[in-house]
Amino acid sequence: MTQHEHHAQPQPQAQTQAQPQGDREPVLGVRNLTTSFRTDDGMVTAVDDVSFDLFAGETLGIVGESGCGKTVTSKSIMRLLPEHITRYGEDSRVMLGGEDILHADAKAMRAVRGDKIAMIFQEPMTSLNPVFTVGWQLDEALREHTGLNKRERRDRAVEMLRLVEIPNAEKRLKEYPHQLSGGMRQRVMIAMALCCEPDVLIADEPTTALDVTIQAQILALVNKLREETGTAVMLITHDLGVVATTCDRVMVMYAGRVIESGPVRELFHRARHPYTRALLESIPKRGKRRIDGRLPTIAGIVPALTDLPVGCRFEARCPYSDGLRCVQEEPELEGTQRPVRCHFPLGSTRERPAMLTSSATGGGKAGR
Amino acid sequence: MSDSGVRTEQAVTTERPQTAGEGDAVPLIEVVDLVKHFPVRGGVLNRVVGNVHAVNGVSFGVGSGEILGVVGESGCGKSTLGKTIIRLIEPTSGRVIYEGDEITGLGHAAMMPYRRRMQIIFQDPYSSLNPRLTVAAHIKEAVRLHGVLDGDESSTLDDYVVELIRRVGLRPEARNRFPHEFSGGQRQRIGIARALAVKPTFIVADEPVSALDVSVQAQVLNLMRDLKDEFGLTLLFISHDLKVIEHFCDRVLVMYLGHVVEELDTDDLDGQAQHPYTRALLGANPVDDPDDRRPLTVLEGDVPSPYDPPPGCPFASRCPKVMDRCREEMPALERKGDGHPVACWAVE
Repeated sequence: MTQHEHHAQPQPQAQTQAQPQGDREPVLGVRNLTTSFRTDDGMVTAVDDVSFDLFAGETLGIVGESGCGKTVTSKSIMRLLPEHITRYGEDSRVMLGGEDILHADAKAMRAVRGDKIAMIFQEPMTSLNPVFTVGWQLDEALREHTGLNKRERRDRAVEMLRLVEIPNAEKRLKEYPHQLSGGMRQRVMIAMALCCEPDVLIADEPTTALDVTIQAQILALVNKLREETGTAVMLITHDLGVVATTCDRVMVMYAGRVIESGPVRELFHRARHPYTRALLESIPKRGKRRIDGRLPTIAGIVPALTDLPVGCRFEARCPYSDGLRCVQEEPELEGTQRPVRCHFPLGSTRERPAMLTSSATGGGKAGR
Repeated sequence: MSDSGVRTEQAVTTERPQTAGEGDAVPLIEVVDLVKHFPVRGGVLNRVVGNVHAVNGVSFGVGSGEILGVVGESGCGKSTLGKTIIRLIEPTSGRVIYEGDEITGLGHAAMMPYRRRMQIIFQDPYSSLNPRLTVAAHIKEAVRLHGVLDGDESSTLDDYVVELIRRVGLRPEARNRFPHEFSGGQRQRIGIARALAVKPTFIVADEPVSALDVSVQAQVLNLMRDLKDEFGLTLLFISHDLKVIEHFCDRVLVMYLGHVVEELDTDDLDGQAQHPYTRALLGANPVDDPDDRRPLTVLEGDVPSPYDPPPGCPFASRCPKVMDRCREEMPALERKGDGHPVACWAVE
C-alpha cells in the first residue's frame, strides 16, 4: 500500500513521508517519556509513556485537544517545566546527539537550549523580553552559543532577520518588541530560535494566534528554513489543516497517551483510531458543506487526568466500544508502521461488523 | 438558498437579503452607512489628535431567519461592527433599523424593548460571566430585567431556567454552579443560554467558537444551528475562520480595515469570490487534505494602520491586482454585472 502511494504521488516530500529508514539516526529520540506533576490532588500524570523519533529535515506534527499532553511533551523535552513539582519516569529518556538531556544538569541544559534545540511559542511575547531591543536579544543567543565576535554577531543578526523576511533589518535591530506587529514578532522569535542553527525546532502552536494570511507566511517560512538548514521540526497544533499542509508524519495524543501515529497521508485517509477519525470528521471542510448543516461530533468530554479510567481512555466517548474489554483493559500502542492504541482498530480484521453501522462512519473515509 | 446566478434584482448598495428562496420585503435588521471612529487622544492637553477608523461606512441587511457571516482579520472592525449594531458601542454616524424602526439615537428606556430582542454571545464567555453569580442567577437576572415571563412566580422562573439549561445541553444541576466550574465549551453553552433567556430574535455571535477545541467547536455549532431553527433566530456570525463561516452561514460580508469589500453567498465561495482579498483569504486557508498541497497564498506588504487609513482602497498596499486608481479612490461596494456586491476597481 505504501509503495503504491509513493509511485502514484512522486512529490518532493515523498521521501520524508516514508517511514523512517532503520539505518537513519534520529536527531531526537524520546523514549518512554512520562511527566507527572505534584498537585493538591496528588500526582497527576500529564504525559504517559510517550516515545517517538524525529529525523533531520522532517516535520512531525503532534495533534490533540487541550489537556492531551502535547505541550507538556514539548516542555519536558526543553526542560521548561517547574522542576520542583515535576517528576519524570524512571526509564524516561530524551536522547539528543547521544546524550540524555532529560537528566542533564541545569548548566548542560543551558548549553543545549537555543543551540541544539530551540522552541517557538504561540505568543511571541513569552519569549521576547520587552525591555531589550530585538538586536540585543538576537545577540544574546549568539554570544551564548557561538564564538563570533561583536561585528560578526551583528552581521549574523541582520542576516537572520532578512532570512525571516523582515524589511529594514538594520533598523529593526534597534527596535523593541512592542514596536513590531504580531506577525513580525513571530518572525523575530523564529529568527532567534534559528540563529544558532538548531538540530531540532519545537513549534508550539506557532500560528494559532495569527490571522490566516500571516499564518500562511509563517508556515511558508518554517518550511523554507527546514529545507535550507535541515532542521527537524516538531509542530504542535490543534489545527488539522496546518498538519495536512506542513507535516510529514503525525502523532495523535489523547489524555496523555499517544493513540496513533503515521505518515500524514495515511493518517488522514485511513485513520485507525476512532478518536482520530472522529477528530478529522468534526472539522468543517472547505468547499464541502454538509447538507443537513451539522457536523459530526464526539460525544462527552475528555476524562480528567486525576480520574482516568482503568480501560481505554477514549472508551466513554467511543462509538465502537465493546463495553467489556475496552472498559477493563487499556490497549497497548501496537504496530511499527502505523502504531495505534485500540483493541479494535478501524479497517482491521479485528474491527467488529456491528461497528460499521455506527454514526461515526458517515464521513466517507471508512471505505478507503 | 437561492443561487446567486438567479438574482435579477437591481443593483443597489444595500443588499436585500434573500433567504431560503423567500423574498423578504423588509430585512429584520438594516444597517445604513454605519461609521464608528474611536478618538485617539494625545499631547500634553490630551486633545483628540486623530481617529481610529474601525467601521467605515458599512451598509447591509440581514433577512429574518438568515445567518449572515462577517469574516476578516484581526483589526478589520468586525467585532466593532457587531457591537455597534446592537448599540453596545454608540456609532459615530449611520443608522441601524430594526424591523423598520430606527434604533440609533433612542434613549435608554426606549431602547430596552430592542435590547431584549437583540442579544450577543461573546468569544470568551468567562470574561462575560460574573464569577460570583451562579448559572441560574445569570439567567434569572436577564429574565427579570426584561420581564420575559408573565407570571413572575419563582417556581415558573425556576422551571424556565432548568428548561433552558437542559436545552443548551447542560445538566439541571449545573444551575447552582459558578462559571469557573465549567469547561470552555460548557461556558459557551451558558453564554448561549443567557442570551436565549430573554427570547431574542436577533443574536450577534462574536467569534463564539474560536477559543474552543475542534470537537467542542462542532458541538457548539450544532447546538447553535438547532437553536436557530427552534427559536427562529436571525444571526450575525462573526469569525476569522472561513471554514466555520462557510459551514455555518448563508451569506458572508468580507471586511478589510473597516470596509465591507465583498458580500456573497457561502454556497460556492471558491467559484464566486472575486475580490482579491477574499481570494487571498481563501488561498491562505490550509486545506484539510494532505494530497492537496498547493502552496498557501502569501500576501506581500503591510496592513495600513486604521489610525491613518490611506485615501484609496485599503487593500491596495497588499493587492496583487493593484492599479494607480486604487491608491487614490475607494471603490464602492456594488454589484458587478448580475453578480454579488464587490468593492474593487479590478473586478468588471
